[in-house]
Formats: sequence, structure tokens, C-alpha cells
Amino acid sequence: MKVTGFVKDKTLYIALSGEMDECSSQEARTKCDKLIEDNLSVSKIIINLAEVAFMDSTGIGFLIGRYKKASRLALPLYITKPNFAADKILNLSGIYSLIPKAE
Amino acid sequence: MTTNYLKLQFYSLPRNQAFARDAVAAFCLELNPTLADLSDVKTAVSEAVTNCTVHAYKGNLGIVTIECEIEDNSLHIKVSDTGRGIADVTKAIQPFYTSAPSDERSGMGFTIMQTFMDEFNVNSIQGEGTVVYMTKCFKAEVENA
Repeated sequence: MKVTGFVKDKTLYIALSGEMDECSSQEARTKCDKLIEDNLSVSKIIINLAEVAFMDSTGIGFLIGRYKKASRLALPLYITKPNFAADKILNLSGIYSLIPKAE
Repeated sequence: MTTNYLKLQFYSLPRNQAFARDAVAAFCLELNPTLADLSDVKTAVSEAVTNCTVHAYKGNLGIVTIECEIEDNSLHIKVSDTGRGIADVTKAIQPFYTSAPSDERSGMGFTIMQTFMDEFNVNSIQGEGTVVYMTKCFKAEVENA
């Protein structure tokens, strides 16, 4: 799974790309957490899921883990552009009440 | 009547998860599934196979067996392992229940299988293994005149 990030207007944008499952999630966690730790001066984080072609419930665990990390740093976290299938899982899990969708 | 049948057996390696869900998705293409239905099947299979890797065999190597049958417009899927089994199935299938909360597990695997598929059932015997049965009914194809 590819994880890339950039900072613009005090916002850390993290883009995930590939298939999110049990196999790929550990690498995504490590890369994502490093991006967060390297950019502590931002005021919010937006995770872009547009290029995530597949996601199972591992994705929910992954996002809750990043939410907990961001919360400890007092940084609000948002999700943007999940595809139809990812959106179905995220809705089912109720995760949007913790991590709102950003446009 | 069963008109097509597939049996897959593979090691419970995490890297086989993508292969397993893609193989089942490819198998059901003859039913002309919508993209949404295909994605439901892939996700449900991914959840069942992940359970084998993570819970049934707990990271040890074991055999996962997937059997698929096409009957009319339905796809029947059976995912079985010979791992440690589930002590309390009723509890295990509750949304957000996880036996491994420290590992960032959502506890939504069985809920997703149940929600995304039309029929869902789990049989488990402790020390012997678990079998998950799932059925997806696809809409009959409409012939264009």
C-alpha cells in the first residue's frame, strides 16, 4: 500500500493508494504514523481514500488507530473521497461520527 | 441445481488474502454481478479469510479451504479452517466485539459478512475449526429484446 503526504495551509494531507487488508495494513500504519510524527506543527489531518481500490474491516481498525493517535496530539482527523465500497463499510461502522468526511 | 463449482486450498498467509477474494470474484463473473455486488462478495471473503489467518491459526500456518457453488442466480461460499475454533459464536458475531482490541481490530468482520451477503451462518467447534457459509443472490439478467 502506497502512503504519501504533503502539508498545505497547516493541513497534513495523507493519500493512501492500493488495497487495504490485513496484509497491507501494518506497512500503512507505520508510514502514516511517521508522516504524522514528522508534521506535528499542522492543525489538522485529512486522509484521502480516493485511490484505495479495496478495503475490508481492517480499514476501520486502521482509521480508528490513526484517530486515537491524532486525538492524543489534539489534531482533528478527517476522511475524504472514499469510493462507493469503502464508504459502505465506513458508514456501517459509524466511523464518520469520530472522523467526519471532509470535502 | 449446482451448475459450477470451485475449490481453493491455500496456506493461511496474509499475502493470500488478495488472491482468495479476487479468485472468488472472478468465479462469480458468469452471474453478471454489478460492481457493487462484486465488491460485497470480495469484502465478505476477505473478512472470512482474515479471520482464519488472524484468529483460527493465530499467525501459525494452516490450511484455508474455500468452496464456491453457483446455483441459479446465487453464489454459495463456504470458508473453512481447522484452527482453534470460536468459544462463543453469538458473542463473536456481535458488532464491535473483538478478542484482540489491542491490535487495532474493529470487531466488524462478521457484521460485514452478515450485512453484505444475503445468507450467513457460522459453525464452530473449539479445537476443531470454523466453517462460515455465505450466499449472495444476484439479480437475474434482463434480456434486451
